[in-house]
Parts: sequence; structure tokens; C-alpha cells
Amino acid sequence: MHEMGIANSVLDAVRTEMGRHPGTYPCKVGVRIGEMSAIDPESLRFCFEAMIQGTDLESLELGIEVCPLRYRCQVCGREFVVRDYDSHCPQCASLETTYISGDELELAYLEVEEYGPSPVGAKSTQ
Amino acid sequence: MDRVPLERKVLSENDRVAAELRARFQEHGVYCLNLISSPGSGKTSLLERTLESLPRRDRVAVLTGDIQTENDANRLKRFHFPVRQITTGGTCHLDARMIERHLADWRLEDLDLLLIENVGNLVCPASYDLGEAAKVVVLSVTEGEDKPLKYPSIFFKSDLLVLSKIDLLPYVPFDIDVAAENARKVHPGMEIVKVSCLMGNGLHEWMMWLAERRRAHKSLVQQTAN
Repeated sequence: MHEMGIANSVLDAVRTEMGRHPGTYPCKVGVRIGEMSAIDPESLRFCFEAMIQGTDLESLELGIEVCPLRYRCQVCGREFVVRDYDSHCPQCASLETTYISGDELELAYLEVEEYGPSPVGAKSTQ
Repeated sequence: MDRVPLERKVLSENDRVAAELRARFQEHGVYCLNLISSPGSGKTSLLERTLESLPRRDRVAVLTGDIQTENDANRLKRFHFPVRQITTGGTCHLDARMIERHLADWRLEDLDLLLIENVGNLVCPASYDLGEAAKVVVLSVTEGEDKPLKYPSIFFKSDLLVLSKIDLLPYVPFDIDVAAENARKVHPGMEIVKVSCLMGNGLHEWMMWLAERRRAHKSLVQQTAN
């Protein structure tokens, strides 16, 4: 259960990034979680929501993209998603396949909104 | 609404420190292993047998992680190599900063091998790079042969699987071939050694694996230096 630490790192990154966007507030942060990253998306969401409660980031939404395990066939070049740990190439049945991705634990994007003249629901990040 | 691309690792700070550690290990020719398993799988026993087998003049040090107690460090200090306990105080894994902090005054130029025993946990340590050359996962025969399928990340990321406590095989319903097959489903071609720290089976294979890895690392470091 290290999702609390991961959520904390995501929030730290949001706070750092917000320093570069004066006059705006953060609406949504997007992360990519690979199937092989040892992160449980639901635990991460739970921790994230627990950590933002009562803070200046309370309205921040978390977007999670779960990335499958992907391999490439060394024989025919086909790239494919590995299901049920079956790493045979679906095109030529070769087992000479190598890992491409699926270990992501990445910050993808941050959506920010400018403070309007009457910022309904907007909160200061300072 | 503006969408700002971030495109960096969530644990970029940990990864930065780990990369610095890796560069320092490389510079000083230190081969570093990160041992990971559930609590009670036999990491400390494997380290005891390992330290016992190494020549006294070997330049080896151990960092051992636990949530509480100095017990493991006390067990490992008997072998006269430098050993330091990392007590995390609740954190379920080691991170690169802890390694950096606990290396402290150890002179890396006096070391060839650094063994890191992670906190007993088959999940969280998989996410934290410690600057090691390789991860080794230990799975004991009392745990169930489907563990590689249930906790794939660490099996996927480890170079070697040590199947431990094989002396208990007659007493437990553990199919060691199925366990190996499951590990290789998650990590095709994964290297596996089967050991009993109690009876000594397989320890020779483990020590050979370690010696071969150290030798390969040394020649790589020398090539890079030239």
C-alpha cells in the first residue's frame, strides 16, 4: 500500500507546476498507470481524494489512464497487447517477443483554468 | 481551459536520486542487488548463507530494511562485513533517498558488492528504483505457486527468482514446476534458482549466479572506463 506516497508525489508535482501558471487554478491532473507498475488505480484514487480534502486542491480531479502490457514480435515486427501473460505473437505465433511498455507511472497532463472576473467555485492555490 | 503536458515520472525525484546512486556505483565498480520478497520468505537467511560463503577479504556491505527493529542487522553482523539497518518507521518499501542517507560514510571505493534487503513486501518495493544493477525476488514454497500471477510487477522486474525453503516441499502442496512456469509466464526466460538455506541445496547455484553477475559487471565497468 504505497499509493498514499504516490498520491503525495502527484500533488507535489501539481503544486510545482502551478507555480508556472499564475492566474489559473488546477482542474484535473492526468496520470498513466501501467499494468506492471504495481499501482492499484482504485487505491490511488482513494488516497488522492483523501489527501485533497480540506485543502486548496479539493476540487482537483484525477484522471487515470491504465496502460496495458505491450510487446513487440522480433520476427514479424507486430506490436501487441499481452493478455493473460500470453506473450506469443498473435500474428506469427513466435515467442521471440520483447517488452515495449506497461510499467508506466507517469504524470501525463494538468488542466488549468483561468480565474474569471467572478470565479465561481475557483479557489486560490496560493 | 488549458491542458499542460507534464510527461514525467510520478517518482521523478526518487528516480533522480536512484540515477545518481547508479552512477556512483558504476564509477566505483560496486555491483548492487535489491532483494525483494514477502515477509518471512527467507531474504535474511539467504544473506546469512551468502555472507558465510564469501571470503572474509571480500569487499561486501549490506543494507537491510525493516519497518522496525535492528534484528536483521544483528543477525548479519556476525559475518564481519559492514551491515547497516534501515528502519523505515512504517514505510512499506525502501526508497533511493534512504539508500543515499544510509550509505553515509561508507567509502564506495572500498566496496565491490552492495546487497540491499528490502522491506518484506511483494508489491510496493517494485515501484522504487534504488539504483541497483538488478532486483532479485525470493519466493518461498509455503506461499503458493500462483504468486507470480497475483503480484506480477516484481517478478516482471526481477532478473532472478530464488525459490526458497525447498526442504519443505515434501510437507506443503506447492508445485515447484508450476511456480517456475508462472514466473516465466510473467517474465519469459526468467532465471530461477531453487534453494534451501537450511539444508544448503541450491546455494552453490545462487553463489555462481552472483559471482557471474559480479564478474560481468566488473568487465562492463572496466570497458566503460577505457
